[in-house]
Amino acid sequence: MRKTLVALAAGLLLAGSVSAASAADKLKVGFIYLGPIGDLGWTYQHDQGRLALEKELGDKIETTYLENVPEGPDAERAIEQLVRAGNKLIFTTSFGYMDPTLKVAKKYPNVHFEHATGYKRDKNMSTYSSKWYQGRYIQGLIAAKMSKTGVLGYIGSFPIPEVVSGINATILAAQTINPNIKVKIIWANTWFDPGKEADAAKALLDQGADVIMQHTDSPAAMQIAAERGKLAFGQDSEMIKFGPKAQLTSILDTWGPYYIARVKAELDGTWKSEDTWGGLDSHMFAMAPYTNMPDDVKKLAEDAQAAITAGKLHPFKCPVVGQDGKEVECKGGDHLDDGQILGMNFYVKGIDDKVPGK
Amino acid sequence: MQLVLEKRAERSNTIALASPLIAIGLTIATMSILFAVLGKNPLLALHAYFIAPLTDGYSLQEIAVKATPLVMIAIGLSLCYLANAWNIGAEGQFLIGAVAGSWIAVKTQGTDAGAWVLPVMLLLGAIAGALYALIPAICKVKFGASEILTSLMLVYVADLFLDYLVRGPWRDPHGFNFPTTAEFDPVATVPLLIEGGRLHLGSIIALLVVAAAAVLLGRTIKGFEIRVVGAAPRAARFGGFNANQLIILTFAVSGALAGLAGIIEVAGPVGHLQPGISPGYGFTAIIVAFLGRLNPIGILIAGLFLALTFIGGEQAQIAMKIPLDVTKVFQGILLFYVLACDSLILYRFRLVFPNRQVARGTG
Repeated sequence: MRKTLVALAAGLLLAGSVSAASAADKLKVGFIYLGPIGDLGWTYQHDQGRLALEKELGDKIETTYLENVPEGPDAERAIEQLVRAGNKLIFTTSFGYMDPTLKVAKKYPNVHFEHATGYKRDKNMSTYSSKWYQGRYIQGLIAAKMSKTGVLGYIGSFPIPEVVSGINATILAAQTINPNIKVKIIWANTWFDPGKEADAAKALLDQGADVIMQHTDSPAAMQIAAERGKLAFGQDSEMIKFGPKAQLTSILDTWGPYYIARVKAELDGTWKSEDTWGGLDSHMFAMAPYTNMPDDVKKLAEDAQAAITAGKLHPFKCPVVGQDGKEVECKGGDHLDDGQILGMNFYVKGIDDKVPGK
Repeated sequence: MQLVLEKRAERSNTIALASPLIAIGLTIATMSILFAVLGKNPLLALHAYFIAPLTDGYSLQEIAVKATPLVMIAIGLSLCYLANAWNIGAEGQFLIGAVAGSWIAVKTQGTDAGAWVLPVMLLLGAIAGALYALIPAICKVKFGASEILTSLMLVYVADLFLDYLVRGPWRDPHGFNFPTTAEFDPVATVPLLIEGGRLHLGSIIALLVVAAAAVLLGRTIKGFEIRVVGAAPRAARFGGFNANQLIILTFAVSGALAGLAGIIEVAGPVGHLQPGISPGYGFTAIIVAFLGRLNPIGILIAGLFLALTFIGGEQAQIAMKIPLDVTKVFQGILLFYVLACDSLILYRFRLVFPNRQVARGTG
């Protein structure tokens, strides 16, 4: 009995090492996720990108992911675990992984890293992100048209430039429809916490908002809006099934094409450190179908989308006026330049609130 | 016929020794079934969890790094629990220690401050943790307030205080508004023990703490006092031991250790102050304290073991594509069995047959 067990164990371990050997020929690609892959928002979309990658290049690569990795001391270990498991290209998919990724990147110069939404780069560490503020602009137009109370509710995650520029783009768009539009902002201080997100949505609705927008990752706010018969925008993913009568549209992250392009570059040996910041024109994200709105609003949204994609409309078209009433320097010709948007740390005029910590 | 749980006349020493082993055996059996149901090879999965992390220096270092705060906090908690003082707020004391020590790091940032910075940070972390733990202890002694509730509630106060600091006054001016301080200067960082690794001086400090606690409990009158007050309060009173004084003392020591663990974590593996520096170390340490049977050496082993399940869980995710949730189930099952088996030290199962005579008599 014991002998058979030992033989069985040896056989199994051997089988394991054989499959490991054949896998060694494939390029190993690793992913670090902030939430669970079932968050139906941010992480879910990254995992969809990974699956698209597997579908496209599955015979040449092998992918691995670690989910629910907190943006703290554990992140560095998790990234290093992927390196040590033989991954040669690693995507770290949240802002808070920036410093841990950089630390590991310096330690392993032969491994390539791709960090989403950050601003620190190195010879072997790229960054990638999307110009979501373009989508937010379209949402601002729709929200101003659809709101009866003239009050929008906005659930923020962290007051970093990506989120602040999203709020500004929304309001700048809304002001073109209704100059007196108001926005109430609640900071959830988390990317993913369905309980907190739902509480924030309730509080905003209680304060008179009738359209909810969010920069957090779960469909909780959508569900609350649907329950109360109000309107909302999805985030990252298609959330229509959580609010069939509530969702106006949603910004859909589409990471697949980017992941495929980067892995192909790695396979060809042409990978190099880059900073990618793609918009509607480069298909880094898409807009979900415009639903639950009259045809004229839908047309307005579609026209804006077409204009932004064609480069004819820029959400931060000059003049942009800050809360202090002063015009912001116009560094990009007729609109703010990328650096100003990437580092945005002020609210535009008309937002009756202040950027936390300022 | 009926199965009943009855109290043993005295605690069974055999079971006390065998219980952790039985628990681990049952866990492995249960998990093997679960792995098989998931379509994963149980032998390979268990190998990834328990064996693989022990076979290379890197993983061993990571286990030590992960166990360091757990062991330090749990040692302090065990003193409290032995003395019947229920400190549930180690998480808060951990955070306050981290904040107090970081204060020096933030204030001296970019200056020519010398080698005194780190020792002062550690000292301040320990003092702040102790003072913070004294709040519930004094409320208990003076006003009879439940220390379980007050210490727990102070966790949230500490959490929000840290949150305020890194969003406001201490925020990194070049950090694009993200809630974190700037990276600490090298003089404010816990030194690494191995070049290129992550093992740091804190692990040595944790070992010293374990040794000190073992001496305190095994060799000193204070240690004896702590155990007597917890085990036999009446006898302790007759012996002239002051239970209130011990509550104050054990809370202060346990707060100091939690605070020290906090600043070591921040000045070590994290390198800056930010929200979420603790994935619940203060609470997990409660489990470690009991898993280690409130014994310093036991706590050291329990801390390392729990750390092993974390690291092994990650490796299983990578090597076997076993979801993280399974790791959590795994940890839950383990604790369940440990507690269940421990009840057999004081209790035993007995089959009870209904009395036939009586049965016949009542028809």
